[in-house]
Amino acid sequence: MNQSSESSEQAAFRAHCKAWLASGLPPRPGFRLPLGPLEIATREQLEYLCAWQKAAHAAGLVGCDYPREYGGGGLRDCQWIANHELKAAGAPFFPNIVGLGMAAPTIFHHGTEAQKRRLLPPLFAADEIWCQGFSEPGAGSDLANVQALAERDGEGWRVNGHKVWTTLAHFATWMILLCRTDRARKHDGMTYFVAPIRDGVGRGVTIRPLVKMTGELGFNEVFFEDYPIADDLRLDEVGRGWAVAMTTLLHERGAGSLVTPSAGGGLGDDSETTLGAAGLVELAKRSYRHGKPASDDPRLRDAIVKMLIRERAFAQNERRAAVPALVDHPLRLPLQHKLTLSELLQDTARLACEIEGMAATLHQTDPNAPAGGRWPHAYMNSFGFTIAAGSNEVQRNILGERVLRLAKSK
Amino acid sequence: MTRPHDFGFDETAQILKGTARRLLQDHCAPEALHRLVALDAGPARASECVWDEALWRRMLDLGWTAVAVPERLGGFGMGLVAIAGLVEELGRAAAPSPLIVTLCATYVALACGPAADELLRRIAAGLSVSLAGTDRRGSWEAEHTEVTVDANGRLSGTAWFVQDAGKVGALIVKARSAQGLGLYLVEVDATGVTIVQDAILDLTRDQAHVVLREVVPAQVLASPGDGARALVAAEPAILTIIAADMVGAGEWQLQTTAEYARTRVQFERPIGFFQAVKHPLVDMMVQLDAARSLVYDAACAFDHEPESAEVCARMAKAAASDAAAYCSDRSVQLHGGIGFTWECFVQLWFKRQRHNEVLYGDAAHQRAVLADRLLGRIGATA
Repeated sequence: MNQSSESSEQAAFRAHCKAWLASGLPPRPGFRLPLGPLEIATREQLEYLCAWQKAAHAAGLVGCDYPREYGGGGLRDCQWIANHELKAAGAPFFPNIVGLGMAAPTIFHHGTEAQKRRLLPPLFAADEIWCQGFSEPGAGSDLANVQALAERDGEGWRVNGHKVWTTLAHFATWMILLCRTDRARKHDGMTYFVAPIRDGVGRGVTIRPLVKMTGELGFNEVFFEDYPIADDLRLDEVGRGWAVAMTTLLHERGAGSLVTPSAGGGLGDDSETTLGAAGLVELAKRSYRHGKPASDDPRLRDAIVKMLIRERAFAQNERRAAVPALVDHPLRLPLQHKLTLSELLQDTARLACEIEGMAATLHQTDPNAPAGGRWPHAYMNSFGFTIAAGSNEVQRNILGERVLRLAKSK
Repeated sequence: MTRPHDFGFDETAQILKGTARRLLQDHCAPEALHRLVALDAGPARASECVWDEALWRRMLDLGWTAVAVPERLGGFGMGLVAIAGLVEELGRAAAPSPLIVTLCATYVALACGPAADELLRRIAAGLSVSLAGTDRRGSWEAEHTEVTVDANGRLSGTAWFVQDAGKVGALIVKARSAQGLGLYLVEVDATGVTIVQDAILDLTRDQAHVVLREVVPAQVLASPGDGARALVAAEPAILTIIAADMVGAGEWQLQTTAEYARTRVQFERPIGFFQAVKHPLVDMMVQLDAARSLVYDAACAFDHEPESAEVCARMAKAAASDAAAYCSDRSVQLHGGIGFTWECFVQLWFKRQRHNEVLYGDAAHQRAVLADRLLGRIGATA
């Protein structure tokens, strides 16, 4: 990639990233790394990944575009460069995904000076892990139906409610928490808090693991019973919770103003961690169909090339999104990010299973499972992405309404 | 070579695209286009060449045939990225003109070396040119042609599916001799040239088969044996140009159909309220954006990284052909009954897209070639 359009600050920063990454990556762990932050299962995995994020933050590769007084790097438009170099170096991912991708930009845009100074530095350093308390049993795609109730209690608040699909809650110090504070109103009856949930365990907070269809842990349900929250842990005004949550969701969907620090999924057993369409080519050469290599089957060849084209298009969309002259509407490409990426991953994994044929029936633990059974596993896990952060059906509504200005479906 | 992160879409490219947008809005608005090309719904219309020659003179005044010609030959020497931006606007307006075929021919001429310098000078000065070389089966393989060269260098045979043949001043003819494939410049008014208009569906272009009887070419552009190489070198640019046309036309289909869904009321609501209408519109947009990004990727690769140009261009053509097919299909369906009529403008873009989809190989053809490149040929894996 050409760097001629980079500022001198960016060029110097890229050089710094390359230099640090040449020796800054952690040693390979003696245990298996999870595929992503959603699959972190053991404290051993968490500590390894937190130590890595802390080191990368100390080197200036995490939170580069945030002001220095909040633990950032005080640079402009440099996070994407760090992300690019981290990925190229095959770095492990950062574990504090909810913190970096959702809590940090929300706190930055809506927090008080004191909140930013207190919360952001340990977030970037992975000293404090974050989770997200948005969805409820009755408020999934219809997030504005949140029922968890925060009621005034003296100087502070008292919360009662039930949050679900809470990734990382069992490791988290903090939760971004969307509550109803006015039952008579819908969108403007909500208020946004940052809740120190670890301190609350046993004092009104109960965390229970939810088991995914893969049999894995990774996310949770969280119950609040008369849980007290101080008023200085409220973000923005009472009743402004929906607007604050929109900042969070915009960043969660990859459409926010601040680029989320992210690294690759490297340093695991390499064959276990690449889930891209390029993997389909090798898989097809090793798999058989009617006694011939699957890579000779014309229908599978066509399907594989379709996926390679979609994968390249996704990367080129990201590239074009940064060229204002080639963008008609500022949200048009950013709001497609989550939709297209999640469907790309899902369709890639489904096609991989088709290429594997009978072998795709084998569980990860079966010694004969090709590629460690990762493709059938990835296919099941892909529904996490197509459903989470607003299901893709909701994403299509948002795109139709905000970009194409169609009448609101509700 | 390195590839600029912004595709190399610079200020000059922006100005060219913006100028094109405005000119075509003023002189090729959908109402005017429909009046021009769809006045007559009768069967005779299918084999007529209908276009706005005054608009073409405006395009020439703006130097649009010169954009891809090097400066030393009197052109502007712009990259394919800038040309893609211009062609997107031609597609958006569904403008009938010989510009797209001339741009395609320009890239063939550029691949011919010094022998084509004179032709490039003439193109920069306003000569319109189309490629003539497909056989009656519509093969896009470089070697396939029915035109032959005799011992005296005269061309005979028929070139099929020649685009905008009724508008151009000259043809680049593919012809075969014992020494292999050569490329020849033929003036359309040369002795022995007969242009027979095909009856076609698309009202925004014309197509013909060109019968050559012992035609003396004006010039040899590529000697026998050198023609295929030049065509292969130009192919990524040609595929990218056709894909850019489809992406621009698709954007018109998307915006026009979205506007209809915002205003057409049924069941007491604008029909865009219904997700059965809303979601396909979003899918049109998603497919178009993917194709559009791949078009600029391919154009940038052609300008800066020739070794990856072919793969990128085939990806762009495949994605754009599929997006064009989907957008065309939904643009008629979501307009309901009116979308099915001659008077509704969507038919013009529908037909232009259907034509573009197959031009230089449809999506499945591009993917089959890509599979050979990316997975190896069938039988190559033991």
